[in-house]
Amino acid sequence: MSEHHIVSPKIYFTIFGILMICTFLTVAAAEVDLNRYFTGLNIIVALTIAVFKASLVVLFFMHGKYSPKRTQLVIVASVFWLAVMLFMTMSDYVTRQWS
Amino acid sequence: MHRTGELYEQYRTMEQQRETASLGMWIFLSTEVLFFGGLFMTYTLNRSTYPGIFSEASKTIKLSWGAINTVVLIASSLTMAMAVWASQAGRKKALTWFLIATLVLGTVFLGIKSIEYHDKYVEHHIPGWSFQFEPGADAATNAHTQLFFSLYFGMTGLHALHMIVGAGLLIWLTKESLKGRFTPEYNTPVENIGLYWHFVDIVWIFLFPLLYLIDRH
Repeated sequence: MSEHHIVSPKIYFTIFGILMICTFLTVAAAEVDLNRYFTGLNIIVALTIAVFKASLVVLFFMHGKYSPKRTQLVIVASVFWLAVMLFMTMSDYVTRQWS
Repeated sequence: MHRTGELYEQYRTMEQQRETASLGMWIFLSTEVLFFGGLFMTYTLNRSTYPGIFSEASKTIKLSWGAINTVVLIASSLTMAMAVWASQAGRKKALTWFLIATLVLGTVFLGIKSIEYHDKYVEHHIPGWSFQFEPGADAATNAHTQLFFSLYFGMTGLHALHMIVGAGLLIWLTKESLKGRFTPEYNTPVENIGLYWHFVDIVWIFLFPLLYLIDRH
């Protein structure tokens, strides 16, 4: 493990710039009817941009990239448990109509 | 006990002490993910059940306020990140100013949120006995749009509550930073409250497209 890592302001401002561009993109994409190409494409694009933005915040603003492995494990675990909740619950509700 | 950055006996190095504090904060944040997760779960289920009505209800929320608030909140994350940098670099004056900037941006966010809530109040879009989606709306439309607005107020309300707590923490941080308490050796409160603030930003990054941007076209 290296010495305490200080992230430079230059990186913070670059990340901020990318986040602003992504915010603009997500609003612009919502104004276009993407669903006519593929049902649900609008929400897929919106969530992909949101996940990308959130990852940048975790990796750089929250220093996830420079954290020790066990801290990174906690980060991944929290996303994993959330995915378990969403996936298991939805797979129940969606399949209730089947029979 | 007033902590100043000495090494406690249970740790071998300062690095280990710092990482332990950060790990604890991350474990707390993972419980927060699941706290908000329940609401996101409810949202996912109801939106998949009533996709059309959720889209209609979402279109009555002003996109411009939501977009401005997204910019404001991400800017506050930048100033918070810069506050952490200032504390690590030992720039005490800059630290205080970045903390104040974060607090101001957080307050602007809450101010805009209250304007939005007031708009919804005027439009009878607050779930309850006086709720009416639009004049002459039938019972089913009123019932299902109320689901959307219950989630809207529940999710943005819990988020706003976190912002208010964060603002309180920032006031305390500013006060302590004015005493010159944070140094490159000891800045754990700045770092951990920073993590909390960024987490609240991430929640908003998801709330914005899910509540404001449903099939806007």
